[in-house]
Order: sequence, then structure tokens, then C-alpha cells
Amino acid sequence: MSERSKPTVSVAAGKGGTGKTLFATSLAVALSEIHPGQVQLIDCDVEEPNADILLHPQITQHTPVNVLVPQVDLDICTRCGLCAKHCQFSAIAVIRDAVITFPDLCAACGVCAYVCPVGAITEVNRQVGSVAHGSTVRGIEFVQGRLSVGDQRATPVTRATGSCNDDSMITILDAPPGTACPMQETIEFSDYCILVTEPTPFGLANLEDSVETCRRMGIPCGVVINRDQAGRPGVEDYCTREGIDVLLHIPEDREIAEAYARGETLADAFPQWHDELVRVYEDVIRSLSQTATAKVEE
Amino acid sequence: MKVAVASSGEGLNAPVDMRLGRCANVIVVDTDTMEFEVHSNPGALAGTGAGVAAAQVVADAGAEAAIAGNFGINSLRAFNSGGIAAYVGSGTVGQAVEALLAGELELVE
Repeated sequence: MSERSKPTVSVAAGKGGTGKTLFATSLAVALSEIHPGQVQLIDCDVEEPNADILLHPQITQHTPVNVLVPQVDLDICTRCGLCAKHCQFSAIAVIRDAVITFPDLCAACGVCAYVCPVGAITEVNRQVGSVAHGSTVRGIEFVQGRLSVGDQRATPVTRATGSCNDDSMITILDAPPGTACPMQETIEFSDYCILVTEPTPFGLANLEDSVETCRRMGIPCGVVINRDQAGRPGVEDYCTREGIDVLLHIPEDREIAEAYARGETLADAFPQWHDELVRVYEDVIRSLSQTATAKVEE
Repeated sequence: MKVAVASSGEGLNAPVDMRLGRCANVIVVDTDTMEFEVHSNPGALAGTGAGVAAAQVVADAGAEAAIAGNFGINSLRAFNSGGIAAYVGSGTVGQAVEALLAGELELVE
């Protein structure tokens, strides 16, 4: 993060359904009130994008996301089989006189074209998803990636979506659930990762995985406990032990669930949450500047 | 004729594997002499593309037909494109080859 650019905050969770999108969109709405026209929300959960349900943006543009796949010129190809031999993903096969490609299996590494001794293979574009661009009535800039139906390679779409991150804006990235490649690809774009969890043994187990992922990637993180209830101290104790900031508690509350079901963020439905959400963001900024100061002093 | 049989073992008395893509070995039998070669299947432990990897082993061994308990969509596409016949078989490798020669196996496309 350079001095001029505004920090990018990712919102992630070890499992789906913890309230990640509810928190990310609520944070964006609250921040847009005090920083009008300066907030960007990017939905990187390309396998099941749903931030639009809470933010109701008007989409003005779709850009395709392409990956490279091999195209074989059968008139030039000698059927030597080197491409199939070198492909680590079995995405190309030479079966007698036929050369068959399997675009779903292809990782776009290009080794087939590289090893082809006669130059029979060219890499061509294949669309695997798209990125929608738009804005909300509150002036939040909205970006959302979507993997094409039937496609399974989420990571290139996640990368294309996350790279719409605008340094001049306060960017909130809504990450895909879990800790696998698409989640890592998303949080890599961020300066700080907010991990949303629940105060259950399952929530804690997933949180531990998420924290380890952030630490290995060198991304500072803090925790939001959603559906919090009295008498469930497991997550809180873990955070104390590990020295992780608990940024916010959102209680188990029927009214919140009902508002969510109506397609409203916390900030839309409950004005009293505004200050708390803005405070979370200020805590994140403070934590980042303290880390930066500590690094300078070292 | 050479026939490739998916197997969990290493000889004519080994069982036919239920799945081509994940079989341990592809056993290639010469039906004139009943001599055979054992080729290990790189697809057995592959993350993805197991069926394609196994199909490539079958083709590279020069087999004209393949026998397994079942075939996935990718291996079938490879066999159909390359003109290798795919048959559903069971029992031991030897029994499956005999059944093929007797015309008793079902062709899959």
C-alpha cells in the first residue's frame, strides 16, 4: 500500500454462510455515507456471486474473462504425441490419428505449444466467465465476477475480478468461502483481511485454517464474530490466545436475519450499526498504520 | 489384435477394474498369443484428467480395443475420436478378453 492509495480490505470466511457477504456489503454501505463516491465493493465469489442481492446495483457493462487453450492444426501436426506427454493435466491426447483437446482440464500453461516441434499448436481465447461493472444508488462502485455455467476454473475469473481494485478508492473485496486458490487469489489483492466466523466448533476450526492462510501469505487479519451468543467463548478465547483483534460482534438476532432475507444490509436496516461498522474500518486503518510504523522502526 | 484391459492387478488372473481412469494398471493382451504387457496408469492418482491419461496409455500401447467396468465421458471421447472400441467387461482380465473374442461384450459409445 503506497501512501497515496487507500487500503483494500478483503472479507473472507473458512466456510460459506457465515455472514461474509452481509458484513462486506454492510461495511461498504456504512463507509459510502462518510466517504461518498469513494467506496468500491468487489464480489470475488465468482462461483456463487450474490452481493448484488444486498446492494441492488445497476450494471452498465460486462467484460469477458478468457483463458488460453490449445488449437491444433491437424495439417501440420505429425501426431508425435509430445504435447500429450508433457501436459500435466491430460488436457490433450493423441489417440492414433486423432488429436483431442479437453478445454475443461486445461490450465492454460502453454507447454503443449512450447514443446510442439512443428508449431502446429496455437493458443486461442476461450471465455470462462465475465466481470460485471456498475454502481448503486448510494454511489458505491460495484464489480462482480461470474464463472460461466459448467466451467470449473474459478481462479482466472477471481483474478480478473480482483484486479479491478481501484487504488484511489476504499475497496472491499468479498472473497469466496474456504481457504483454497480462489480465496487466496482474492486476499492477495488486499492489505488486510477481515475473517467472519461463528461461535461454534465448526466456525472455530474453519477460522484456524483462515488465520493460518493469512499468516502464511503475510496478510494481517482480524475477526468478526457473527451470530454471536452468550456462553460460547471458543472463538473469543482463541483470538485472545493468538493475539488476533476481534473487530466486531454481530448478535444472533431474528431482526437481522429478517432484514437480510429482505435483501437489506445491516447498515440499511439498522442505522445504529453505522458507527460500529465505520469504527471497524478505522480500527483496521489504525492497525495497518501501527504495523507500518513498527516496520519503519525496525 | 491387441486389447487393453483396466485392472487392479498385474496378470490375466487379475480382476477387471470397475473404472478405466482410476485403474492401477492397463494390461495389454495380444489375442493371438495371449501374451501381455503391464502398463501402469498415470491417471490412477491424477488430480484431474484420469480418463484421458489412461486412454493415452491404451493408444500408445497400440491397442485396438479397451475393456473396463465403466468409462468416463473424457476417455470415451478420446476412444471414439481415435477409433478405439470400448467394451464393458468384468471378471478376470483373461475372462474379459475371451468374452470379447466370443462377441459377448457390450460396445459403449
